[in-house]
Amino acid sequence: MIHFPFHYPFILKGELYMLQQAVAGKLRAIVGAQWFKDDPESLITHSYDGTPMLQTLPDGVVYPENTAQVSEIIKVLQEHRVPVVSRGSGTNLCGGTVPVQGGVVMVMHRMNRILEVDLENLTATVQPGLNTKAFITHVEGLGLFYPPDPSSMAISTIGGNIAECSGGLRGLKYGTTKDYVIGLEAVLANGEIIRTGGKLMKDVAGYDLTKLLVGSEGTLAVITEATLKLIPPPKTKKTMLAMYKDLYGAARTVSKIIESRIIPATLEFLDNPTIRVVDDFAKLGLPLDMDAILLIEQDGDAETVDRDIARIAEICAGENAERVSIAADEAEALKLLTARRSAFTALARLRPTTILEDATVPRSKIADMVLAINDIAKRHGVTICTFGHAGDGNLHPTATTDARDANEIHRVEEAFAEIFEAAIALGGTITGEHGVGLVKAPYLEWKVGAAGIEVMKAIKHSFDPNNILNPGKMFAKSARKRVVLHRG
Amino acid sequence: MAKTLSDLLPSAPDSGCSELATTLKSALDYDQLTNCMRCGFCLPACPTFRETGIEAESPRGRIALMKAVADGLMDPDEAFETQMNHCLGCRACEPACPADVKYGQLLEQARDSVEKHTTTHRWWVKAARKTAFDGLFPHQNRMRLLGGALQMYQKTGLRKLVRGAGLMKMFPAHMREMEAILPDASYKGVVEQIGAFHPAKGERIATVGLFRGCIMDVLFTETNKHTVELLNEAGFDVVIPESQNCCGALHAHSGEQDGAKALAKGNIAAFKAAGVDWIASNAGGCGALLVEYDHLLHDDAQWKQDAAWCATRTIDVSKLLVEHGRLQSAAQAAVAAGAGSMVGSGASIGGANNGSRSGVPASAPAAVSAISPHGHAAASGGCGGSCSGGLGFASDEKVRITYQDSCHLRNVMRSSEAPRKLMRSVANAEFVELAEADRCCGSAGIYNLTQPQMAGQILDHKMEHVKHTGAQYLLTSNPGCLLQMKNGIEKHGMSGQMEALHLVDFLHERICGKH
Ligand SMILES: Cc1cc2nc3c(=O)[nH]c(=O)nc-3n(C[C@H](O)[C@H](O)[C@H](O)COP(=O)(O)OP(=O)(O)OC[C@H]3O[C@@H](n4cnc5c(N)ncnc54)[C@H](O)[C@@H]3O)c2cc1C
Ligand code: SF4
Ligand code: SF4
Repeated sequence: MIHFPFHYPFILKGELYMLQQAVAGKLRAIVGAQWFKDDPESLITHSYDGTPMLQTLPDGVVYPENTAQVSEIIKVLQEHRVPVVSRGSGTNLCGGTVPVQGGVVMVMHRMNRILEVDLENLTATVQPGLNTKAFITHVEGLGLFYPPDPSSMAISTIGGNIAECSGGLRGLKYGTTKDYVIGLEAVLANGEIIRTGGKLMKDVAGYDLTKLLVGSEGTLAVITEATLKLIPPPKTKKTMLAMYKDLYGAARTVSKIIESRIIPATLEFLDNPTIRVVDDFAKLGLPLDMDAILLIEQDGDAETVDRDIARIAEICAGENAERVSIAADEAEALKLLTARRSAFTALARLRPTTILEDATVPRSKIADMVLAINDIAKRHGVTICTFGHAGDGNLHPTATTDARDANEIHRVEEAFAEIFEAAIALGGTITGEHGVGLVKAPYLEWKVGAAGIEVMKAIKHSFDPNNILNPGKMFAKSARKRVVLHRG
Repeated sequence: MAKTLSDLLPSAPDSGCSELATTLKSALDYDQLTNCMRCGFCLPACPTFRETGIEAESPRGRIALMKAVADGLMDPDEAFETQMNHCLGCRACEPACPADVKYGQLLEQARDSVEKHTTTHRWWVKAARKTAFDGLFPHQNRMRLLGGALQMYQKTGLRKLVRGAGLMKMFPAHMREMEAILPDASYKGVVEQIGAFHPAKGERIATVGLFRGCIMDVLFTETNKHTVELLNEAGFDVVIPESQNCCGALHAHSGEQDGAKALAKGNIAAFKAAGVDWIASNAGGCGALLVEYDHLLHDDAQWKQDAAWCATRTIDVSKLLVEHGRLQSAAQAAVAAGAGSMVGSGASIGGANNGSRSGVPASAPAAVSAISPHGHAAASGGCGGSCSGGLGFASDEKVRITYQDSCHLRNVMRSSEAPRKLMRSVANAEFVELAEADRCCGSAGIYNLTQPQMAGQILDHKMEHVKHTGAQYLLTSNPGCLLQMKNGIEKHGMSGQMEALHLVDFLHERICGKH
């Protein structure tokens, strides 16, 4: 039923699950009339997320206020077998909140409180609808540090971050969301409420359900509360830009830095078209004549930071960097990081449709991957700009195209299939941080194999036997045929 | 089986859809609609989304609604109309959007279409719009008459009578509140009072045409006079072309494009004829439309070129003073000393930015030390008094000032640093940044009259932040914002401690002394 995602426009209406008035009535009774909506305006505005070319109307939108309401809602929907899609801010890039089988979109925004910051245990307990940046700012105000900082953090929610296991600019040194979630409260498909983990740095009582729910993309349970680990903030940091006339030199620098046993806090890569659009937006005076730049940040105590930055500068020079410069102060550094965060959207300045992928390879293979992407783009006659968390081996090759041109979209689709294949051949994966959702479901088997898919399906079945939690995601009806790479 | 868009459409295109839908489909720029890639970057910048948390109340949601109408997925019902009217038109979503989606244009296209078909305005909105848009704003002489009438009303005791007799009670509360804070009106505009030409003090840098604004010139005539004097001090000849008229902003933002276009042509002709180098605006809302005359008249072959001229020559008075005026050299020296150029390709990282976006605190690139007035004072031959240590008089009492951005000045004219540079450089004044100064105050043209509930909610949050600054002067750069700030100060019982002023008036008082 679900076609390969790149079709324009791809719109279904979930008539199959047209909510009976009875269901709507029950939901209204739970949340109050004003917090269940099924008018055209609400349906249209919950038919999409940050993924291009996907749109499907839900049958209703519900805004719960607390865990008890979530549980009651799920019970009603389970009884009537109505699909439910949990939604944070709808910024995901895998079609994760597009209600492909209709049903109810459950918006978590009203559950947005910080319940506790425990200064003795260095933990925070929060509700899932909390805005990521608001949370980070809050704990920083208390002299603490929550590292996961997806580029979308000004918009995204903690619940969405957990459900996608989001990474960010600080992932290289500090890890991703999974490394900071130590306890969860979640509502299961039958409405029952479970608690996993706790304010515990160790816990091996049974299977690790906390980690299983992290990255589960709303397909196993609805997360209603999270306990997060906080750490002391670094004492100082320094930010630098390394500029290259040669793409390959920039990519090789990434591997060289890691090989030299330096782990910077941030190590980001931007190619020339990305530099141009970002500068067009942020007006920072970035060097438009460079083929690539690396944005590098190191933090820690002053002595280590200085030593590492000096060493990194040497490595850059060794790989033929044209110039290396250091941000004058924190304000300037912040501007650079903020500009980098705009890269994906800024690329939309070039063409109407921007399709971004998330291939990730071992860090030593970054240069090979960059070359492979450029080669594949050329062969398929498509424009692919590349930026990403290079230090994590995580690149975002981004096709700038036009959804109205079916022929070109087909070529983009073919190019991405080859990019996935190339990533896997280098020992990598089809997605490093954006998740599988709808758009990468046909490729999941390439990475995890048939047996892997079977285990995952069994897990899904034991959590959600009637498949009401975000149905249609993660598992495709049929896997896509693998492409044979033409090398040479 | 998957359904495609065409399966969902009514069998014959456009068959079942309303007239409004047809109008919208042809009016909305489909390229702009598809340029929105739904990343959500604009959400935190949007006041109505922040107040409600509802996707439909966000720029991304509103664009999706417009696109759904254009795609034939949705008939523009009353809710659609309401949603378009709920938007403040503050355009904070535009600088926040890395994809450069022209939300303002889409909104205008949507509102224009709605306006052509609407029947649902409340009576006072309809009546007020009709009188104001057709009968009043286009005619500066009538505006002046209105000013006279208002002055009569205010001065003769008629106001007392009306208030005493409780006549104001006939109007909704929010209109009563506005009536209470209206400044004294004047039936003589700036030209009638001081004449149309004013030479620069010292050597002339350039000739500036003052855009006097229709409301500005009736309710804030003094501000116009002060603008002229400041510009003269800074080295500009100032002319005030008499045939200029209302900028057309209220028309354009309320879906009355034709009216707006006619007014635009009148202004373009007036300033062209005056042979000016710059067109200075002291009202962000007006200036923002002037800089978009090129867009407004882009399909008018005859006017296109002159409109583009007008758009590029229009500049906010703060920016003109900071970047081109005689206060410039000292100010720039101070800025240059503080901001390093890291990437080495010209622009400094700190300097060229157009101000803060979602989450990036607005801050000057470097502490701009007080502008030395000496060059300026010498050249101008006198703002009188001993100007040491900064703009203005050393003897002035030390005051704390803060600033509420004019949305259109910031988001459309993209001028947020210049006013701050000026304020930081005033001697004996401590500038404190107002939290969320970049967020709309709820005035938004006539929004506070048409959408009182949302406007009130936004204003209340604004005043909380204002309280925290502990400032004696709350400065703004737009008459609408100024009235709204006065309204807020009054409503929140702060009139004892704080006064709202136009930035120009404050600067004038500090630089040229009290008159
Ligand atoms: C411009 C831009 C930049 C981005 N940068 C990054 C980046 O640097 N790193 C990165 O990893 N990602 C990035 N993303 C992707 C996206 O922002 C993240 O996946 C983010 O975590 C999604 O958060 P959200 O609140 O928007 O969740 P949504 O998009 O609303 O939901 C995401 C998924 O989580 C599920 N979900 C949401 N809330 C719950 C809940 N309470 N319980 C169970 N399931 C739930 C949804 O069903 C869905 O499957 C970016 C996206 C954009 C548009
Ligand atoms: S920031 Fe721009 S592209 Fe992103 S959702 Fe908003 S309008 Fe669309
Ligand atoms: S103009 Fe202002 S209120 Fe309207 S969508 Fe943009 S940010 Fe929101």
